[in-house]
Amino acid sequence: MSFLSNLINGISLGSIYAIIALGYTMVYGIAKMLNFAHGDVIMVGAYISFYATQHWGLTPLLSVVVAMAVCTVLGIVIEKLAYKPLRSATSLAVLITAIGVSYLLQNLALLIWGSNPKNFVSIVQLGKISLFNGELIISDVAIVTVLCCIVIMVALTWFTSKTKMGRAMRAVSEDKGAAQLMGVNVNQTISVTFAIGSALAAVAGILLCSSSPVLMPTTGSMPGIKAFTAAVFGGIGSLPGAMLGGILLGVIEIFGKSYISTDLGDAIVFAILIIILLVKPTGLLGKKVNEKV
Amino acid sequence: MKKFVALVLAIAMAMCMTLPAMADGAFKIGFIGPLTGGAAVYGISAKQGAEIAVQEINEKGGIQIAFQAEDDMHDPLSSVGAYYTLMDWGVQVINGCVTSAPCAAVAAEAYEHRVFMLTPSASSPSVTEGRDMMYQICFTDPEQGKTAAKYIGEKGLATKVAIIYNNADAYSTGIYQGFVAEAENQPFEVVATASFSDDANPDFSVQLNAAKDAGADLVFLPIYYTPASTILTQAKNMEYQPQFFGVDGMDGILTMEGFDVSLAENVMLLTPFDLNDAETASFADKYMAAYGTMPTQFAADSYDAVYALYDAMVACGVTPDMSSAEVCELLVQYFPTMTFEGTTGTMQWDATGAVTKVPLVVKIVDGSYVTQ
Repeated sequence: MSFLSNLINGISLGSIYAIIALGYTMVYGIAKMLNFAHGDVIMVGAYISFYATQHWGLTPLLSVVVAMAVCTVLGIVIEKLAYKPLRSATSLAVLITAIGVSYLLQNLALLIWGSNPKNFVSIVQLGKISLFNGELIISDVAIVTVLCCIVIMVALTWFTSKTKMGRAMRAVSEDKGAAQLMGVNVNQTISVTFAIGSALAAVAGILLCSSSPVLMPTTGSMPGIKAFTAAVFGGIGSLPGAMLGGILLGVIEIFGKSYISTDLGDAIVFAILIIILLVKPTGLLGKKVNEKV
Repeated sequence: MKKFVALVLAIAMAMCMTLPAMADGAFKIGFIGPLTGGAAVYGISAKQGAEIAVQEINEKGGIQIAFQAEDDMHDPLSSVGAYYTLMDWGVQVINGCVTSAPCAAVAAEAYEHRVFMLTPSASSPSVTEGRDMMYQICFTDPEQGKTAAKYIGEKGLATKVAIIYNNADAYSTGIYQGFVAEAENQPFEVVATASFSDDANPDFSVQLNAAKDAGADLVFLPIYYTPASTILTQAKNMEYQPQFFGVDGMDGILTMEGFDVSLAENVMLLTPFDLNDAETASFADKYMAAYGTMPTQFAADSYDAVYALYDAMVACGVTPDMSSAEVCELLVQYFPTMTFEGTTGTMQWDATGAVTKVPLVVKIVDGSYVTQ
């Protein structure tokens, strides 16, 4: 029974990684940059939801909407102020800027919300499911997390394949210059990508803190790194890849911890990443692009 | 012109600030701790606790205290930098550092320069080892682990014990090692040991499942309250209700914003910081009035550290114009002989710098501590 319980925990944890990884992978696919501040947007989303429910008296569902709205604006502002001026700069400069933004957000959170960790009150209060005479208990948060992940995945796939903006995104990701010549507004497309990625980050933050309640300015950094790993694992730039990578990573992490060693949980995750990248450098579902010389 | 006025004002302000302190001389007490970064919660608490003590002492009159706090971001290199900033300022004694790794780094420098240090909370034995000028207010980690194991054994709290500890943290690992060493002499059995490596760790389901599967009726948590709150929440989600037994790092869990205190019902913890005590309560009230939250153990330890340093300096006849090395020689002689009454108990020190004080076990009942 503990196997089943571990599997469910793994999928639930993996779903959170997957939602974060979707944000990483979309931004990478379209803007060709690694947005290392993404993990910290998660933290901001969770803080907004926490304050909305605990201090402003909003309902949990409404707090999710507010958090998504704030993070969307934050994502657009970060893109406009920090990344847009560097559109033609080297990728290294953009990467360093992203790390800078990450620290900026963490320290702003420290200033605004203080260093005392908060205990996030789960926004999902539906009650647990108890199976096999209480041998297997599935928490409501786990179910909601997995459902959210599936809904987001389906919605994003529909968005990128069927809508005009989605097509513009795919065009920009393929060839920025050519897309611009075809009349696609590249800057607007990139802004929308950041907006969607940041809104997803807010959802991920709320789900993350609903299952593990500690909320502090560094809450987003480790899940952010894990989700980045998941995105690379699944093939960065690929939406299904991010989803697959996230869930696999969560399951591997939980199984590694329970059947090999709790000390080595993270080591196993990253060791598998290295092996995958050695065998398949583009990740599980990544496309191999032949560079033309 | 504006610039000139601003400059004059700034100079006037600076003089106003320094003049009263210089009037009848002031002891220069420095503080080093993480005021930003991931460990900021401990450093800020400790700094605020110290500030309350400084304010109280200065209001009483007599020799004043000039207090300067430096940030080390919980990083040994920055901590040594902070130490040199304090040295340039002319520090006489140091209340610090707050965390163990930076403290060991600074103590190595301060040992060479002969600067007396009293740490509120750096509890690793590596901090004091081989350094005669380094003293601790808190218990050493292995000592705390031993005390916890003895208590559980003597009171017959459990027959099967599981341990969840943070293996990336010297504090947690130190207590764990002390606990395991002492557990061999005790009537209970350690049936499961699980670790994690980050205080912000999101998932404890594996560790809790391991404890549950091993049939543990007591789970020992030698960790800080932050991960402990996650463990309590997730244990409830999986309907696992053993006796949880924490250490002094667990203190603070009840005042964590948003925490459902019913989750901590019946949790036992080892803490020398008892808010039911009158003197401690008065400190807590002042702290609450000044900073709007209840003090944690870090604040109380740091408050005690300032008083212990001040009392010792007064008793040794230290004057504000003495150099840090002169002060150090006097205090090194005096500290092992002194008995100090603080908010965290009555303390005595041996020459190694380790403290002796009576540990207190409390149980959380209806959201407050009940002394056992």
